[in-house]
Amino acid sequence: MSKHISSLAPSVVVDTAAARVAVSQLIGRISLRARTNENGGDLAAVGKAIGLELPTQIGTRAKAEGIEAACLGPDEWTVLVPLGQIEKVEDALAALYPSLPHSMTDITGREVTLTIEGPQAAELLSIGAPRDIASIKVGQARRMLFDGATVTLWRDSDTSFRMDVWNSFASFLVTTLETGAKELAAELA
Amino acid sequence: MIQIHCPYCGETLPELEFAYAGEAHIDRPVSPTEQTDEEWAEFLFMRQNVKGPHFERWRHVHGCGRFFNAVRNTITDRFYTTYKAGEPRPDLATLLEEDNK
Ligand SMILES: [Zn+2]
Repeated sequence: MSKHISSLAPSVVVDTAAARVAVSQLIGRISLRARTNENGGDLAAVGKAIGLELPTQIGTRAKAEGIEAACLGPDEWTVLVPLGQIEKVEDALAALYPSLPHSMTDITGREVTLTIEGPQAAELLSIGAPRDIASIKVGQARRMLFDGATVTLWRDSDTSFRMDVWNSFASFLVTTLETGAKELAAELA
Repeated sequence: MIQIHCPYCGETLPELEFAYAGEAHIDRPVSPTEQTDEEWAEFLFMRQNVKGPHFERWRHVHGCGRFFNAVRNTITDRFYTTYKAGEPRPDLATLLEEDNK
């Protein structure tokens, strides 16, 4: 497991009538690249090793036993795993390697997750995202652009989101979100 | 802002999520060592620089990450179509005819 380094400690960044932004607890993360191959290696086996059925349509998600996967590309997933389980998942994937060569990288130390919740959470995201937030349905996830940085956005409900960001962009993006949440709240007042 | 259809995501998304990646359908010579300097230079550097409909590569860099091909008019920036890497080059006359409908 890679070393946990995060530029931000878990905390509430801003809490206004418009939206609340917080830094989440550390969680295990795996970047996975795999595809069904001609030698009989089956993608279903990869899902089985992780403990869920891998979603194959870009933007869709699956969850089981606290492990979550989002399909980011035609052969690419990000997998969120509780820290206590990540080594087990990595071992299961490594055992699969001879029959289904794939790329599994522990990116636990690379990213931090921000939660963005509240009645104007979607509006807040729109200040930094060129794409229409409404096009991301509840229960989906997308890799996308936010204020110049590539992020992965998980939509958990109409008004709650999680955003995985690289540590090097985290403090900058948090500032954007904090300013936006305050401005939206000022408009409400 | 230009909207580009990613053939992998199946979504039409803002240009800002994409990166241009040069002319499409340029095959790397199978045996580079058998190429003359002139042939190799032709492969490496010479491009058509089309004024009008251009077959070109794009990458959905802030999304699925895939490279794909597009036919774009370099004068008007109109995208006639986009298609996955490895798929055959579409017939330009048919594309333009469909676009005129
Ligand atoms: Zn895409």
